Amino acid sequence: MASVGKIARRTFLIGAAAVAGGVAVGYYYYRKPFPNPLEAELGKGEATFNPYVKIGADNTITIVAPRAEMGQGISTTLAAMVAEELDVGLDRVKVEHGPASHAYYNAAILQEGGPFAFFDESMTAQAVRSGLGVVGKFLALQGTGGSASTRDGFDKMRQAGAVARQMLIAAAAQELGVAAADLKTADGSILHKASGKSLTYGAVAAAAAAMASPDEVRLKDKADWKLLGKPQKRIDMLAKVTGAPIFGIDVRLPDMLYGTVKMSPRFWAKPVKADLSRAEKMPGVIKIVPLETNYGHGFGIIADNTWAAFKAAEAIDAQWFDPEYPLGSAAISDVLKQALATKGSVMRDNGDVDTAFADAPRERIVEADYAVPYLAHATMEPMNATAQFKDGALDIWCGNQAPTLVRQLCANAVGIEQGKVNVHTTFMGGGFGRRVETDYALCAALMAKETGGRPIKVTWTREEDMRHDAYRPAAIGKFQARLGDDGMPVAVDMKMASPSVIAGMLRRLFPSISPLGPDKTIVDGAYDQPYSIPNYRVTGVAAPVSIPVGSWRSVGSSVNGFFHEGFMDEIAIAGKIDQVEMRKRLMAAYPSAVKVVEKVAAMAKWGEALPAGKARGMAFTLSFGSWVGEIVQVADTPAGIRIEKVWIAADVGTALDPGIIEAQLISAAIYGLSAAMGQEITFADGMVEQSNFHDFDAMRIFQCPVFEVAILENFHRMGGVGEVGTPPAAPALANAIFALTGKRIRTLPLSKTVAFA
Amino acid sequence: MAVDDNKGIPMRLTVDGQSFDIDADPDMPLLWVLRDLIGKTGPKFGCGIAACGACTVHVDGQPVRSCSLPVGQVSGAIKTIEGIGTAGKLHPVQQAWLEEQVAQCGYCQAGQIMSAVALLDEVANPSDADIDNAMGGNLCRCGTYPKIRSAIKKAAALKTAGL
Repeated sequence: MASVGKIARRTFLIGAAAVAGGVAVGYYYYRKPFPNPLEAELGKGEATFNPYVKIGADNTITIVAPRAEMGQGISTTLAAMVAEELDVGLDRVKVEHGPASHAYYNAAILQEGGPFAFFDESMTAQAVRSGLGVVGKFLALQGTGGSASTRDGFDKMRQAGAVARQMLIAAAAQELGVAAADLKTADGSILHKASGKSLTYGAVAAAAAAMASPDEVRLKDKADWKLLGKPQKRIDMLAKVTGAPIFGIDVRLPDMLYGTVKMSPRFWAKPVKADLSRAEKMPGVIKIVPLETNYGHGFGIIADNTWAAFKAAEAIDAQWFDPEYPLGSAAISDVLKQALATKGSVMRDNGDVDTAFADAPRERIVEADYAVPYLAHATMEPMNATAQFKDGALDIWCGNQAPTLVRQLCANAVGIEQGKVNVHTTFMGGGFGRRVETDYALCAALMAKETGGRPIKVTWTREEDMRHDAYRPAAIGKFQARLGDDGMPVAVDMKMASPSVIAGMLRRLFPSISPLGPDKTIVDGAYDQPYSIPNYRVTGVAAPVSIPVGSWRSVGSSVNGFFHEGFMDEIAIAGKIDQVEMRKRLMAAYPSAVKVVEKVAAMAKWGEALPAGKARGMAFTLSFGSWVGEIVQVADTPAGIRIEKVWIAADVGTALDPGIIEAQLISAAIYGLSAAMGQEITFADGMVEQSNFHDFDAMRIFQCPVFEVAILENFHRMGGVGEVGTPPAAPALANAIFALTGKRIRTLPLSKTVAFA
Repeated sequence: MAVDDNKGIPMRLTVDGQSFDIDADPDMPLLWVLRDLIGKTGPKFGCGIAACGACTVHVDGQPVRSCSLPVGQVSGAIKTIEGIGTAGKLHPVQQAWLEEQVAQCGYCQAGQIMSAVALLDEVANPSDADIDNAMGGNLCRCGTYPKIRSAIKKAAALKTAGL
């Protein structure tokens, strides 16, 4: 078997050398590789080279793509990284998610967690980035989020493929008695041209895996890529058009029971009293059990089928204590306003903002108050998990974005060692950040303790899902600008208040860690934008409201993209400067940003006259390492405002799969437009008021605009893809509506002010 | 509530050309009969109130939201995503979906495809307005609508060409 430790030390931690100077503490631990989790689960005749590659004697090549496939195409792109260097086509390989393992930690997810904008390449910023990558290793979080998967995988997964290929060649050279340099690879075989002899990878896999790892591997030049950089057929497409059972909700096990949950409609509140008698007597109901997790209190209903469980959940008659947060939306909003009046944490402070405003004439000041509501994720597949607790071990099947967290928290919940928990991660019917949480898995794990060893699939109703999310927090912002004589801004002062996503996630996912320092997500998308304004201050305040808030596609940038870019539009209008021109001037120090703005403007023919009743708005946000400009065109129709067309230009640095990237940019824009048009989660009596798609809907096909997308590769570092199209969508739409109607809408959703067709 | 008193009653359903004898509360929605009792997990649970279309199946060729149709009211042959084609021999709509690379998370696509199949059975060459009308009840949170539209048009061409 492969001496994996050696291979991994030599090949996977090259990046560590660069940070050695900056990270003295724990450097040894950082260098020490995690064991290869595939060693434990090899089938007969299978050999593994590293945590990403398994090859069977029959030449079945399996690539592990250890990130959650929630639609973003990550399993295809990660597999392509390995396949590129292994020199096999994607149709030649099997792709698996693999087990929950620290070996699959995501370093990139935390790398941009420091208080530096993406474009800040100062020594300090780079050192912190590297350091946080090391923290990523210490936490060993196998997570999918932060649009980080391709950035995290790009080096290590290509290296995994290259190392395996080189070892296969070495083994074949030995077997054939020829020099390795005379061997070539193609389609899963190794060829010796001179003799015409060839061996499949499978034929030499066992011998290769037992060999010493190469001292160094050379990765292909970009110019030689056959798969990367080109649109690939998604590996999951056939299963998804044939209704194959690939989602958590499709899991079926012998002797399986079904269940659902009824959690307190007031977050964290315990039941005052509960009458379960009617529910317990209903046909098909087996047992109702109390549940208590890091997410709060409620009941689990165990039944013969899902429908019986749903009916019984409805029949539970429970009263709940008052919540620890204000009961209604107006009172919650007051807490945000009080927070905004406090000092907060300054995350950007260029020049001297106070002095710049001190002598500003009234007519040179632009002021605006912005607000956005709480939002649910509303993934198409409601939360669910299947669990079996038998002989002291827990197996859990679910779509999730953080398998190692699911493993740890479920182990704690049922009181067993982590090693006794097997997490089987399925495809997920949407994630958008919701499945970073673990509540669905915890409920199933606890209910599995009550079934005498039988597996149970626990499916939430849509109502339960909508009312028990970790929401995108509501936020408010106060914005001021001082314009110069030429109409350009000379000073901006931006302050926003919002409940803290990080504090919320720590309470649920890492309850032993207290939040330290300011939460950068409150100002993300505002403090880190590539505009140079001489006096520029951005301040964030965490508002103490404990309704669960979490990661919602693009997190803080989903809030501040709207605030910042709506306000930039207001500045341009007040200064009588074209929006594209103003941005080009303010972004002059960041050529990648300028090129994105120029590209999207050219695509849309910005500046050309439009027919009456049509108008456009633009916005730009740098988030998760990608520079994205969007222009939205709206039309006034008798039925309301119609979004006709959207142009998107995005600089992602290196585009690994242009087809998937285009699909993600459009997807993320529709996600943002859906929220901007009509979504809000509101509270009354301590409970969420919305419950299903009739009162929390999203864009439908008849509302969907035509999209035109350009992918640029100008910046020298790779950016993320899954979230970056969301932040500019809402402001571009609101700015277009201003251009169309003269109404400046600063509070979402827009449907509170205008009607959409 | 009727459910409290009702016992399961025996009934026979034809699903994807196969007969199933089941014992179910007649109020149980067809979706849960298909998924939990028969084991057809192709149709998906999304909302339970016929608002998202993920559960769309055909009854005698008509698209229905199986999450809100009590099984006791079903009379007719049921077809699900699992019955329109196989991995080896795809329905033209599935083939078009594959070629256009429509799906992202894929969860709504069984319902989208069943709505599209019904549309094309009715209208050989649907206009954009026909597509809007037929597909408006099928929600997609990944925003695959532009590709759904082009795939429906491609499927229409594939069907006309007799593929």
